[in-house]
Amino acid sequence: MTENDRRMNDPGGDIALYVHWPFCLSLCPYCDFNSHVRETIDQGAWRDGLLRELEHYAARVPGRRLTSIFFGGGTPSLMPPETARAVIARARELFVPDPEIEITLEANPTSVEQSALVGFAEAGVNRLSLGVQALDDAALSALGRTHAVSEARAAIAAAADIFERFSFDLIYARPGQTPDAWMRELDGALALTRGHLSVYQLTIEAGTPFFLAQARGDLQLPDEADGATMFEQTQDALAAAGLPAYEISNHAVPGQESRHNLTYWHYRDYLGVGPGAHGRITLDGEIRATRQHRAPEVWLKRALEHGHATQDDAVLPYETLTAELIMMGLRLTEGIDAGEFTRRIGKRPGDVFAPSTIEALVDAGYLDWRDDGFAATPAGRQRLNAVVDALLNS
Amino acid sequence: MTDLSHIRNFSIIAHIDHGKSTLADRMIQLCGGLTDREMHEQVLDNMELERERGITIKAQTVRLVYTAKDGETYHLNLMDTPGHVDFSYEVSRSLAACEGALLVVDASQGVEAQTLANAYLAIDADLELVPVLNKIDLPAAEPERIRQQIEDVIGLDAADAVMMSAKTGLGVDEVLESIVTRMPPPEGEADSELQALLVDSWYDPYLGVVALVRVKHGQLKKGQKIRMMSTGIAYSVDRVGVFTPARTEIPELGPGEIGFITAQIKTVADCNVGDTITDDRKPAAEPLPGFKPSVPVVFSSLFPADTAEYEDLREALGRLHLNDASFEFEAESSAALGMGFRCGFLGLLHMEIIQQRLEREFDLEIIATAPSVVYHIALTDGEELVLHNPSDYPDVTRIESIDEPWIKASIMVPDEYLGSVLQLCTERRGEQVELTYVGGRAMAVYKLPLNEVVFDFYDRLKSISRGYASFDYELDGYREGNLVKVDILVNSEIVDALSMVVHREQAEGRGRHLCERLKDLVPRQLFKVALQAAIGGKVIARETVGAMRKDVTSKCYGGDITRKRKLLEKQKKGKKKMRQYGNVEIPQSAFIQALRMGDE
Ligand SMILES: Nc1nc2c(ncn2[C@@H]2O[C@H](COP(=O)(O)OP(=O)(O)O)[C@@H](O)[C@H]2O)c(=O)[nH]1
Ligand SMILES: C[S@@+](CC[C@H](N)C(=O)[O-])C[C@H]1O[C@@H](n2cnc3c(N)ncnc32)[C@H](O)[C@@H]1O
Ligand code: SF4
Ligand SMILES: [Mg+2]
Repeated sequence: MTENDRRMNDPGGDIALYVHWPFCLSLCPYCDFNSHVRETIDQGAWRDGLLRELEHYAARVPGRRLTSIFFGGGTPSLMPPETARAVIARARELFVPDPEIEITLEANPTSVEQSALVGFAEAGVNRLSLGVQALDDAALSALGRTHAVSEARAAIAAAADIFERFSFDLIYARPGQTPDAWMRELDGALALTRGHLSVYQLTIEAGTPFFLAQARGDLQLPDEADGATMFEQTQDALAAAGLPAYEISNHAVPGQESRHNLTYWHYRDYLGVGPGAHGRITLDGEIRATRQHRAPEVWLKRALEHGHATQDDAVLPYETLTAELIMMGLRLTEGIDAGEFTRRIGKRPGDVFAPSTIEALVDAGYLDWRDDGFAATPAGRQRLNAVVDALLNS
Repeated sequence: MTDLSHIRNFSIIAHIDHGKSTLADRMIQLCGGLTDREMHEQVLDNMELERERGITIKAQTVRLVYTAKDGETYHLNLMDTPGHVDFSYEVSRSLAACEGALLVVDASQGVEAQTLANAYLAIDADLELVPVLNKIDLPAAEPERIRQQIEDVIGLDAADAVMMSAKTGLGVDEVLESIVTRMPPPEGEADSELQALLVDSWYDPYLGVVALVRVKHGQLKKGQKIRMMSTGIAYSVDRVGVFTPARTEIPELGPGEIGFITAQIKTVADCNVGDTITDDRKPAAEPLPGFKPSVPVVFSSLFPADTAEYEDLREALGRLHLNDASFEFEAESSAALGMGFRCGFLGLLHMEIIQQRLEREFDLEIIATAPSVVYHIALTDGEELVLHNPSDYPDVTRIESIDEPWIKASIMVPDEYLGSVLQLCTERRGEQVELTYVGGRAMAVYKLPLNEVVFDFYDRLKSISRGYASFDYELDGYREGNLVKVDILVNSEIVDALSMVVHREQAEGRGRHLCERLKDLVPRQLFKVALQAAIGGKVIARETVGAMRKDVTSKCYGGDITRKRKLLEKQKKGKKKMRQYGNVEIPQSAFIQALRMGDE
C-alpha cells in the first residue's frame, strides 16, 4: 500500500468519543451491558482514570476534529456532573472541537438523577437520552425498572426544559405484550417526543435473569409473527408521525439523527474510554479495534497506574472490516454509499459479493442495489442478520 | 487330556430374560470356578453393553469342573449363546460344538418366539435337549402349565423337566446332574489327524487374535504347526487353554474338548469361523461340515456428526470389526451428510449395538441413515445389480425388475392383541402361513418383506401388544416386488441420505410423511424452501417452508461491534454442519431428525 493509498483510506480527520460509566443503582434482568452496582465509588479516582485514558488515546490520534461525545453506561447520569465537565473540557483541549459538537448523556428517569440534569447541561452536555423503556407501570416493574411512569414523564418534561435536544428509549415485544397494546403505548409516547425516539425490541441475552426465565419457560414472549407485526407497525406509525426510521431501531425528524451513533453506523473512527469501551481508529491506513478491560476495579487500577487499561488493540483484517462495514451500514435506511465502500474496502461492492446472491436478495425484495450504493429494503432490514449473512457468505 | 466319557459339551438356550446368564453364573459358582468374592453377577456377559442391556451378544465358553453324585469328576464345557434373533447364526455355531443343550423357559412367561426358534436350531443340530423351568420362586410361576406348553408347542418330552430358580439357587445342582446323566459324551479319536472346528474368534488387546475351538479328532498342542483348511495358511500355536472362567493355559486339547488357542494370527478376518483347523504336517483329508457364514441383511450408513471425526470413525469401525467380523463397512460419501460408511448388520439389534458401542466406547456422535435391505435388480441389459444403498439406484429406464428379501416371521402374542398384530402384518404386506393357539397365546407365522420389518416394525409390534408379543424370523429368499425409489428434494435438489426404496402403494404416504416432518424441522430462511417427494421425475408430495419474517438485532450495541460480529461468526461456524440447497442452508440436524422416523 502506497503512502497515497493510505491517505485515501483515511476516513478523514473526524473522530467521536465514547465514555463508559459502568455503575447502576440496580441491575435490570434483561441487561447485558457492562453494568455494576457498588456501595461506594471513589469519584475522584474515577474522574482521574477517565481523564488519563482519554489523554492516552488522544495522543495516538492527535489533531482530529471531535464531532461528538457520548456518555453511556451503565447509568452515566449517576456520575457527578463535575466528572462530565472535566472530561468534556479535557476533550475540547485535546482535539479540535467541531462547532456543532454533539454531547449526549444517557440518563435514567429516577428523581435522584433529575436533580443533576442542570449540572450536566452546565458541564456541556447538549443532548439527553432517557431510558424510559415503557409507559406502563406494570411493564416497568416486570422489566425490573425502579422508576414509575410518572417519574418518566417528569424526566421527559425536565429534559425538554433543560436541553435543546433529547430522545428516549422504549423496549417493546415485552413478555405478554400484544401488537395492539404496543401501538397504543407508542401512540402515547409520540406526544412526548421532540425529534428523536429509539425503540428496541426486547432481546434475550445469554446469561441474564430473563434468559434463565425463558429457558425455564417462565417468560411468554410474543412469537415471531407478533414480533414481526410489531416491528412493521412501529415503522409505519412513526413514519406517519414524521419520525421515519433512519436506523433499524432509531427514528428521527430529518436532521435530528444522533450524530454520535451515525459515526458507528457509518463505520467511522471513534475512541472508547472507560471499562469495556470499544474503539475503532484509523492509524497508518489501517483500522484498529480497541477494547478496555471490563472489570471496573481492574480498569481503574490500570488506568491510574499505566494511563490506560487496554485489553485488545489489533489491526482488523480485510474480511472483518468488510463484515463490520456492511453489518453497520445496512442498519441505516440510507444504506451504504458505493464510493465510500470502495474507498474503505479497496474494491467495488459488485466485486465483493456474488452476483447470484445479490440477484436473489434483490428479487426477494430484501436489497436495493443501485449504481451509487446499496441498502436493505424495509423487508430486508427486518431480516438483516440473514441478509448480512447471505452477503458475507456469498 | 480328559477322558471322553468325562466330558460334556452343552449350551443354554432361552428366550431373552428367561434367566440364561443367571443360571450360568450359578453353575460357575457351584463348581467353584470363582470364589464368592470374584463372583460378580453375570460373569459371562462381559461387554459393558451386554451388561447394561442384559443380553448376551458374543458367545462365551467356560469349563466347569463338576463332581457328580457318582463320585466322578466331569469337565462340563458351557457355551453361552446370544438370545436375540439377530444372532441366531452365532447360536447355531455354538450348538455345532455341543452334544446337548439346556432349554431354559421362564415358568411365569412360558414359551416365547426365541424359545421356539432356538429349540428348533438345537433339534436340527441333533442335540439332546433338557428342558429347565426357571424362576419357580416367582409367585406367578406356573410350572405345571408351562411344562404342558413345552410338550404341546415344541413337541418335547418335558416329564423330567428340571424345576429351578437361578435366583435362589434351588435346583441348580439337579441341572448340573442332568447334564452328566442325560447328555451324551462327545466322540472322537485321539490318534486320528487333527480336526478342530473354529467356533469363534475375537481380538484381545493382550493376546491378539484368540480362536475358540472344538477338537473333534486328534490333539492341539503348544508349539504345533497348524493349518486353516479353507485358506491353507499355516500358523504356529503359541498358547492353548480354557476359561474357568479365568483364562488358564493347559498343555493340550484332546478330542471332545473345547478351548482356545493363539497363534500369531493377524486379524480376526483370517480366522474364518466354521473353518477346520488341522495339523500342517499331518493334515486331515476332509474338513468338518462347518456352517455357512453369516450375511448382513440390514444396511445403514453411518456418518460422524462432526465431519472432523471421519478418521476417528474409520478407526473405531476397524477396531470393532476386529472383534465382530459379522458386520461390514465401506467408505461412502453423501452430499447431505458428508463422508461416512455404508455398513451391513445381521439385524436391527446388531445395528443398534454397533452404533451404541461407537458412541459409548469411542465417544463418537453418529448419524445413521434409515436402515434398508439388499435389493437384487435385473437390468434391461441382462445384468444383475446388488443394491446396498438406495442412493446407488439405477435410472428407472434401465430396470427390468427388482427382487426384495422376504422373511418368515413367527410372532407369539396373547389372544387379546392378536387382532392388531394381524392388522400390522397385513399393512406390511404380510402373507399368513399359519395361525395356531396354545393356551391363551397365539402363534402367527407370516411371510413378510424384510424392508417392511426394518422400518419400525418391531417397535410397532411391541407398542400394539404392550410389550407382550415376541418375534423371531429367518430369511426366506427373494421375490419380485413392485418397488420404487422415492427421493426427497429440497429446492429441487435430491437429498441423497433421505432416498428410500419402498413399495409403490406406500410411496406416496411415506413421501408425504417425510416432507411433513421436514417442514417442521427445516428452520425458516430468507427464502422459501420447497420440499418435495418424487418418484423419478414425478412429484408425489410437496410442502413449503415459508420465508422467515424477522431476524434482526434490534438492540443498540454502542460501539461494541466486535461482539455482534462474533455472534454472526458463531452462527457461521454452526453452519459448517449445514448443507447448501440452492440459496438455502439446511442444518444436518434436520435430516437427522427426519431420519428418526420410527421414533414418534
Ligand atoms: N425371580 C427370579 N428372577 C430371575 C431368576 N433367574 C433370572 N432372574 C432374573 O431375570 C432377569 C433376566 O435374567 P438373565 O439371566 O439376564 O436372562 P437372560 O437374558 O436369559 O440371560 C434378571 O433380572 C434376573 O435377575 C429366577 O430364578 N427367579
Ligand atoms: C446502554 S442501555 C441502558 C441505558 C440506561 N442505563 C437505562 O437503562 O436506561 C441503552 C438502551 O438499550 C436498551 N436495552 C438494554 N438492554 C436491552 C435488551 N436486552 N433488549 C432490548 N433493548 C435493550 C434500553 O432501551 C436501554 O435504554
Ligand atoms: S440501568 Fe440500564 S445499564 Fe443499568 S442495568 Fe438497567 S438497563 Fe442495564
Ligand atoms: Mg443374559
